[in-house]
Amino acid sequence: MEKLKYALFTGCTAKESTPEQMMSTLAVAKKLGIELVELTEASCCGASHLQDYDDFLSLVLNARNIAYAEKHGLTMVTICNTCQLNTAMTKHRLDHNAELKAKVNAKLSEVGLEYKGTSQITHFLYAIIDDFGLDKLKEMIVKPLSQFNIAPFYGCHNIRPSELQNETHKNPESAYRPTSLDDLIVACGGASVDYEEKNKCCGFHAELQAPRTAAILTGNAVAGAMDANADWMVTPCPLCHLKLDTQTHHASVAIGREVSLPVLHMQQMVGLALGCTPDELGLKHHVTKVNFI
Amino acid sequence: MESIKSQQVTFKVFRFNEETDYLPYYNTYILDVTHEEVVLDILNRIKWDHDGSLSYRRSCRHGICGVCSIKANGKAILACKTRLFDLIETFGSEITLEPLSTKRAIKDLIIDKKDFWDKHAQVNPYLVSDIEETPASEHLVSPHDAEKLLEADYCIQCGACHYSCPALEINDEYIGPAAFAAAYRFSADVRDEASLDRLHVVNAEAQGVWDCVKCMECAEVCPKEVNPIEKITKLHNMVFEAGIAKNNVATRHAVGFAHSIAKHGLLDEGELVRYSEGNIGVLKHVPVAIKMFAKGKIVLPWNMPKADKLDEIKKLVKSSSTVKF
Repeated sequence: MEKLKYALFTGCTAKESTPEQMMSTLAVAKKLGIELVELTEASCCGASHLQDYDDFLSLVLNARNIAYAEKHGLTMVTICNTCQLNTAMTKHRLDHNAELKAKVNAKLSEVGLEYKGTSQITHFLYAIIDDFGLDKLKEMIVKPLSQFNIAPFYGCHNIRPSELQNETHKNPESAYRPTSLDDLIVACGGASVDYEEKNKCCGFHAELQAPRTAAILTGNAVAGAMDANADWMVTPCPLCHLKLDTQTHHASVAIGREVSLPVLHMQQMVGLALGCTPDELGLKHHVTKVNFI
Repeated sequence: MESIKSQQVTFKVFRFNEETDYLPYYNTYILDVTHEEVVLDILNRIKWDHDGSLSYRRSCRHGICGVCSIKANGKAILACKTRLFDLIETFGSEITLEPLSTKRAIKDLIIDKKDFWDKHAQVNPYLVSDIEETPASEHLVSPHDAEKLLEADYCIQCGACHYSCPALEINDEYIGPAAFAAAYRFSADVRDEASLDRLHVVNAEAQGVWDCVKCMECAEVCPKEVNPIEKITKLHNMVFEAGIAKNNVATRHAVGFAHSIAKHGLLDEGELVRYSEGNIGVLKHVPVAIKMFAKGKIVLPWNMPKADKLDEIKKLVKSSSTVKF
């Protein structure tokens, strides 16, 4: 197989509140022999909020990020569900609306850039599943996670709206019964836990505006995983991770029950199974202690 | 799948009579289903062949009246439009049929939709236009203007999004995606004269668009492709454009992204929280911030990373901004 190479859009949290996500992404890519060219010029995607204020500005900034991936002639890989949604949504809108694309390109031309629509956009989870392949991953597992019950937490912005998300997937993912993260857990040797909240919202995006709603959603998610006898949770989204890892105190108060589980980034889980060290994967950066290593 | 003509399916059907039952229970029916059958066919077969007391709503049978919406394995569907074989492909051969909202069940799959209609009523979901009884000419809407309303106009008030919305499940005051789509439908109509009143309703704290959790479930679940979250985004935009956005945590949270991107290219997470909450409000986040700092999860202001070619981003923010706050 030809060496896989992608343009990496890190998003902001990988540079700030989830350094372990950046560390584990690079560690796993190295182990798998995947080359990641970081888009250092990329801006924030607007995180599903900028467009509420200024939709056009959000489009222009996301189109600029994609334009840089196009310059490299590479598929853009994201490591945050919300970056994935915002970027893929921008691509979808521009690719289906010539007038809008021309308006956005008129702005981009001011800085010598053009959005062409030539790069695909996919989340690292799906790059591993669709392009690298789980069979090949299984062969590389040196420390199978066979003693663990692992609760997948998919994160809204990787699975909904499925019509948009499935534009770039080899195998369509159902928003109501997603399987990709379960399959990844099994490929890493773990047992995937089924529970109602695995495809539900963590509340992250309403944390400041609707703190009670957000805290209850977080609490429900962790409680669901605990009640299904999960040893820990895993998520492909750093925003879900922030919520589930750092906000369990508020969540416990909100739902009237003490809830807490270690939560790993999808990359950390794969990294552990591939034999990366806890330090390489940044496990010490978690607020909820990763107590099983 | 195409070659299989029929398959055995186990149906677990929610049963409850608010006049006689303390608790709901489930009846199980094992039926052979054919690939042409939709969920409503199954409900009819159960009622006609097995248990005449099963209650559910049905009317048009072709996806336009919106009354037969129920949940199958947690997914809100129109019973008359959803093929069993599509459900089997997603969920396997055990299908649980429940009302849209179990806590609102009156009899089996029938719910009391009062809250849904109340939320609709809150946004005045009709055209408000002061026209003469015998106007001299028609008030024509251009195809371009009509196009803006089309998606939202497809809503059949089935309640699929309303009873799948996690924000609404928790916050009773929240108006919810269906009524927001209706608010957009009429506020964006060039003939309407009550747009500003509606925008005040959707702009209010707790009940308004700001409490949306952005889960995208309303877009996913809608059987008519109304895409309510997109209309919610448009309502946000209209609130800013109308100049009625209040200076509060929710609006500053949206605006804060633009500020941060203009300064660093990236989002300054700490500054976004401070700017959104204000210097006093931010204090409630200090306990979590201390824990995060101890784990190396907080970047101090003087270490804030910046995007390469920041001058490009600054230039684009300046030239592409369309809104003032």
